[in-house]
Amino acid sequence: MSVSASPLLAARPARRFSVAGFSSSQAIGLLCMLGLIVLLPLWPFSIYPVFLMKVLCFALFACAFNLLIGFVGLLSFGHAAFFGMGAYVTAWTAKNWGVTPEIAILLGGATGAGLGLVFGLIAIRRQGLYFAMITLALAQMNYFFCLQAPFTGGEDGIQQVPRGALFGVFSLRDDFAMYAVVAVIFLACFLFIHRIVYSPFGQVLKAIRENEPRAISLGYRTDDYKLIAFVLSTFIAGIAGGTKSLVFGIATLTDVHFAASGEVVLMALLGGMGTIFGPVVGAAIVVGMQNYLARFGAWVTVTQGVIFVLCVLAFRRGVIGEIDNKFKLSL
Amino acid sequence: MQITRRGLIGSAALAATAMPGRARAQASVIKIGVMNDGSGPYRDIGGQLSVNAVRVAVQDFGDPGLQVEVVYADHQNKPDVGVGIARQWIDRDGVDLIVDVPTSSVGLAVNSVVREKNRVYINTGAATADLTGSACTPNTIHWAYDTYMLAKSTGGAMVKAGGDTWYFVTADYVFGQQLQRDTTAFVTSNGGKVLGSSLYPFPGTTDFSSFLVSAQASGAKVLGLANAGADTVNSIKQAAEFGLTRNMKVAALLMFLGDVHGLGLEAAQGLFLTESFYWDMNDRTRAFTERFRKLMPNQRPNMTNAGCYSGALHFLRVLKDMGVAAKSDGAAVVARMKAMPAEDDAYGTTTIRQDGLALVPAYLFQVKKTSESKGPWDYYNLIATTPPDQAWRPLSEGGCSLVRA
Amino acid sequence: MFTIFGVPGPLLFGQLLLGLINGAFYALLSLGLAVIFGMLNIINFAHGALFMLGAFVAWMLLTPNTWLAMINPAYQVPDWLSLGYWPALIVAPLIVGAFGLLLERTIISRLYKLDHLYGLLLTFGLALIIEGLARNAFGSSGMPYRIPPELSGATDLGFMFMPNYRGWVVVAAVIVCLATWLIIEKTQLGARLRAATENAPLVQAFGVNVPRMVSLTYAGGIALAAFAGVLAAPIYSVNPNMGSSFIITVFAVVVIGGMGSILGSIVTGFGLGIVEGLTKVFYPQASATVIFVVMVVVLLVRPAGLFGKAA
Repeated sequence: MSVSASPLLAARPARRFSVAGFSSSQAIGLLCMLGLIVLLPLWPFSIYPVFLMKVLCFALFACAFNLLIGFVGLLSFGHAAFFGMGAYVTAWTAKNWGVTPEIAILLGGATGAGLGLVFGLIAIRRQGLYFAMITLALAQMNYFFCLQAPFTGGEDGIQQVPRGALFGVFSLRDDFAMYAVVAVIFLACFLFIHRIVYSPFGQVLKAIRENEPRAISLGYRTDDYKLIAFVLSTFIAGIAGGTKSLVFGIATLTDVHFAASGEVVLMALLGGMGTIFGPVVGAAIVVGMQNYLARFGAWVTVTQGVIFVLCVLAFRRGVIGEIDNKFKLSL
Repeated sequence: MQITRRGLIGSAALAATAMPGRARAQASVIKIGVMNDGSGPYRDIGGQLSVNAVRVAVQDFGDPGLQVEVVYADHQNKPDVGVGIARQWIDRDGVDLIVDVPTSSVGLAVNSVVREKNRVYINTGAATADLTGSACTPNTIHWAYDTYMLAKSTGGAMVKAGGDTWYFVTADYVFGQQLQRDTTAFVTSNGGKVLGSSLYPFPGTTDFSSFLVSAQASGAKVLGLANAGADTVNSIKQAAEFGLTRNMKVAALLMFLGDVHGLGLEAAQGLFLTESFYWDMNDRTRAFTERFRKLMPNQRPNMTNAGCYSGALHFLRVLKDMGVAAKSDGAAVVARMKAMPAEDDAYGTTTIRQDGLALVPAYLFQVKKTSESKGPWDYYNLIATTPPDQAWRPLSEGGCSLVRA
Repeated sequence: MFTIFGVPGPLLFGQLLLGLINGAFYALLSLGLAVIFGMLNIINFAHGALFMLGAFVAWMLLTPNTWLAMINPAYQVPDWLSLGYWPALIVAPLIVGAFGLLLERTIISRLYKLDHLYGLLLTFGLALIIEGLARNAFGSSGMPYRIPPELSGATDLGFMFMPNYRGWVVVAAVIVCLATWLIIEKTQLGARLRAATENAPLVQAFGVNVPRMVSLTYAGGIALAAFAGVLAAPIYSVNPNMGSSFIITVFAVVVIGGMGSILGSIVTGFGLGIVEGLTKVFYPQASATVIFVVMVVVLLVRPAGLFGKAA
């Protein structure tokens, strides 16, 4: 599926200035994001750290999803499978084996990647909508597996997961300690994704997005490239899910459900598909809505629907995409 | 309405007189947070009904010396949203008591948060018996119903009334399986027999005809529906369509008054179900319902809402008794709530057990025939009562760590 | 009594028949989706919500005084204005179809030049709005709707006890599906429609009002969903979530049949109903997953679906 959200990336202006692969505007964006991550939990903003952690986890999930839709042109409609399975494995190993958080999260990521490899091998040869539909079908099967398998605890989920102590030394019980860890994981994965996108490998991915037959005729084995990108994306989705399960101390069916797959599409779309910072902004908007609309009860779904519709009608490029378009940037 | 106005004037006055002491002003306000499904499939069971019930409790408490504020949030049936709200409520907004919280996964997740933060949690919406079993905490009270009590009341009492052979149609997840297992135990221990069961995938099943045909072929006298919400409504509608109701009794293991209302008496008549509260039970429940209807004239409370009312009222009275400052230690408040019996119009006198279970009676009801009902909401005939000391899981069997052997 | 794989034959026949009845709903819903996708190139995620709306409109037509009283107790209409099941079967699809027309004119027509993804997201948003508003207005526990007296009761078929209403559902679905197929494949109107999907400017040049035809097609697809909703009202719970439990399955049906293939969606709808019915006999726990297994297998073997043309 050729999502024409960001023709800008294909025709970026020559870089005048760059730090570690970041163009000047991106470097400024990165600094702003860093500043927000450090300042928002502190006075005078004092935004609740658990809320911020949730935003960061979903932002990471959305970035992983965006790696596929934005830079390879693959729409995965079952990304919740990797996010949720990562959450389950992290929660289960942290609770039952008592492994330290960093190992548990890595195991979550590995689960995402392993499952992603299986899904990818089945789905990767199909294009466009059919790719989306196969990933959806596989994710549905995964959902019923999670509902049935004894280790997930059915609809009760895995509860009371301990946050544990980082490297066995630093206790993460305190919200700010956990926040620091989540922020570091987020930034590491964010930089990793940026590195992928602007590497020679990433250039090939974009070539595949723009014109796959041409990439094939240039001698690239596009299926292999797509599969590697898919597994990388699912690895990061698993990491995001695992981190979230430790933040909240739970892993439940909500994370593997179809609705979570839909939500991540919404985040990427709202923020701007094919942009680097877009998914982060999108995740902040969606999670913020869930949180701040909670007191209005039944209007949550209606408001979400209205935002969907307005977004498609008026801001098709998403928040960051529109900014890019206006100021000729590539954030 | 009156109480809100008084609250408003009170807080305005406080703000005017004690501007610098914002923290102090907040400390003397008691905050009750109602958290439930406000936009999804369980909206009509809890939702604003539970908020209204808590408002009635605040009104009945009626102590002008104490300021009580009721806040509301929709957890959207997502455990992480529920945990996020609970933490924010306690850390930021100074909420002292959280009530309702249906859906087992969210109910259990909030349970851990309230314990960690040492506040008070009265769950009336979740069915899982783990809240007073393996997941019990010194901060939690479970009021109104759980899977064990539903199974015992419906399973045991139905066999005694002659329904001794059963066929189950069961939602294939922990809640459904547990309900089937528990009910089977009571059916067999009372001399009945289970002739078969169909497990169907949950969620995603809308057509139950295959399972109903199998149930019919089994020749059982009772059809046990181990499911909830729209699934139960669909199964009952289709059971009537396939003529099962003519030679079988249908027992819905979890159903609320609102579900009967939505189903319509025509399809629901003759159905058996268990609740721990019915608005038209006696003069006191009717009096409570009258007050409830002041704000919601077209609704009637169910057992979940009644539990919110009784729980919140008991909490307020205990807190008044201990002094408002005691609210910072939720476990101590709950300990006192267990020591002091609750007394109110919805449930009469209620004692709370060591493991946090509020001992209320379980009533087996049969839904009235269309000819018997005098109008909307006149739905139940009382068939059997299981007294509080027999309705619930014995203290020793729950595996609650608070129970000293 | 003979048995097949350890299952008594009569029971198996019964379950197959029940599967066929469910297939009737799948066929009606996926037919509407396929028509819309084939002609408009829009993946209509709001289909489930409009199916639900069909059932609710039927309920509103039946009991106007109940919901008017919710708005204001003073609003009342005389009893003869309440429409029963049979008129509702025609009127409700017309009302919901008109609503569909409005949606197409105001919102959906802006999407034709865009990628599929945007159509999918927009209609998903529409579904959230419609369902959310219905929940606000009517609550979530559902509304009663009874089987029309002419069709209540059941017939003993020898191998099973068959409610008359279910028989009617299959008959009605088959008639409507065949009629739709005939209109699209065998009439001049259908020929123009098909031509317009191939080359709209050319058909327009021949003096056919293509935008109007496209709008009416969308309305027609929606009316099919609403018709299924009215058919479903007496046997399923009429509540705001009733559509969302169907929608993903119906999508799978359309994809298996081949996106946009009219005949494919009808045949696959009935066929998958039967497959699901069989699964309910042998391994009921898997009956909701089996459709997705079929979908993956079909897409791997025939990438364009059973009846789809390879791109």
